[in-house]
This record gives sequence, C-alpha cells and structure tokens, in this order.
Amino acid sequence: MVTVALDVDPDAARPYIEGARPDHPSLVDQAHVVDELFGMVNVPNGVWIDEQGVIVRPAEPAHPGRNEVTESFRTIDVSTLPPDVAEVLVEARKIRTDPDGYVAMLRDWVEHGRDSRYALSPDEVVRRSRPRGLAEATAAAHFELGEHLHTTGDHAAAIPHWREAHRLDPVNWTYKRNAWEFEDPGRQGRTAAYDGCWFEDVKRIGAENYYPPLVP
Amino acid sequence: MLLESLDVDAGVFADRTGWQVKPEGACWADVCVPLPPTAHTGAGTLDVPSVADRLGMPLVHDEAHGVWALGPATVVNGRALPSAVAPELVLPDSNGNEFRLSSLRGTKVVLVAWASW
Repeated sequence: MVTVALDVDPDAARPYIEGARPDHPSLVDQAHVVDELFGMVNVPNGVWIDEQGVIVRPAEPAHPGRNEVTESFRTIDVSTLPPDVAEVLVEARKIRTDPDGYVAMLRDWVEHGRDSRYALSPDEVVRRSRPRGLAEATAAAHFELGEHLHTTGDHAAAIPHWREAHRLDPVNWTYKRNAWEFEDPGRQGRTAAYDGCWFEDVKRIGAENYYPPLVP
Repeated sequence: MLLESLDVDAGVFADRTGWQVKPEGACWADVCVPLPPTAHTGAGTLDVPSVADRLGMPLVHDEAHGVWALGPATVVNGRALPSAVAPELVLPDSNGNEFRLSSLRGTKVVLVAWASW
C-alpha cells in the first residue's frame, strides 16, 4: 500500500497522516503529479500494480471500506440543518460509491494475482485509463504553475492558472476542490475567485455521476 | 513538470514525466517516440520545446514569474496511460524523504490517492 495525499499545502495533510500512523509509504503530492501520470481526477482513487511493475487496474474510485462520516449523511435529519447545509447534504447523498465491492475485488487480487478476474489485461488497462487530449494536458500545466506560485508565496497569481485548469478540465475534481478549499475551507462554496463551487458543479453533472461506477 | 529553464536533465525529465530518453527516442516502456536531433542540447540534457513538440506536451509560460510548466504527452493514444507499464513516481513522504515507486518492484502495490480537502 502506498498512499498519496493530493494536497498543495502539505501541512493540511500532515495531521491525517500523523493520526493514522501508517506503516506504509505515505506520500505528499503538492503538484498532483499522480493525476498526470496515472490519470486520476478525483479521490479516493486507486491503481493496482503487479510485482513486475505492470498496472493491472488503472485509476478508479477506491473507497477503502465504509466511512462513518459519509454513512452518517444518510441518516441525518436535514430539517435540523441550516438550508444551505441541508441542500449540500441532500446532493451528497446521491453520490454512489461501492466500498464493499472495491475491498472484495482488492482482496481477490491479493490472493489470486494475475488469475484474479479483476486483474485486467494491459490493453484493457490502457483502454480504461482516462481520455486525455490537449485541453486536459494543458490544464495539468496550469495547475502546476498555480501550485508553484501559491507555494512560493503568491497565492493571487495562482488563481488565474487554477481557473484555467478548471475551464480546460472541468471533470478534474482534484484541481477544483484543492483550489476551492483555499477560498472557502471546509465548504468549498461560491467565492469571487472561481466560477464554480462544489455544490453547483456537482449538481450540474448530477451527484450520481461524481464517481464513475466501479466496473469489475 | 515545472521548469525554470528550457534545458532539462534527461533523468529529471524521466522521473517527472515517465518518458525515458533512449537512442530510439523518448520511451514509456516499449512505447517510443523518435526525437529530432534538436532535442539533445548536450550530455544528458534536453531541449524542452523540441521534446514537447514531438510528444504533444503543452508548454505553458508564466512570463511574469519566469517559469514554465510542461503538461503530459498527448500524441500516443489519447489516453492517460501510453502503456500499462507503471511509470516511475518520485515524491516525498510525509517526513520529506524521497520515495520511488520502483523501490517496491517485486511486490503488489495498491496506490491510493486521497486528500485533506
């Protein structure tokens, strides 16, 4: 197991890593390099790599078991919440995940390796990796420029690059959410800095499409 | 890939982009794209615009800050992965120590991305 925190600000990831006290490599990816190299656009996402260094499943939703926080979304009485929080929660409830299925698939591969029905052929791995054209590739460059400018102390100069990354690759949620978080921490609501926000952008695509279905 | 110069060390380029420069060209495992003579500027250094042009990598310049960023390749197959062979991944761990994905060759790896946000 190798975990990668997609966080422009490494200090934001650190408390979670220290709290988990992992015994596996726990990396911090400020520039979202794994988006580029493996075709990730959201978290959690996982890639399986065999003993020979060959990818047997490309980037896909990788929920590592049931999450108490997201499970609680389904039972909270939204009438007790402020309206703006309630509308976000109602939308979030539509997000589809399959943590039980993912973990079962992973256990099968760990046990059976190449003979696992979930280990894909090299051609299928490439075919299932995300489509990438010049727009998505240019978005990656803009995101990294923004990360560099933010990290070197010029946050205002980062915003135009992150806006451009969002425009060019509107389905890359890691580019959007990491940028939104700086303007409205914890809520990622509408601000003057960006045209979108979590609630509006998710509602536009339909929350049920926030993660693609897990395809065995 | 962030750049402060348009000459780049071929090893640094490989670690960051997944593309290794070999005699036959820029290669991601067995997928190779020939490079023009202008791509080589010296012993082990590359001319970024020449390589970028051949691999379909967008090169974005922030003139005010004197930096460029090179996006990933687009010429091979229109997919994020040119091949199923995993690229090298070089990132710091939470203590700031360099980690290389290739150090785990010989074991199964599940690479999981997450975020604080």
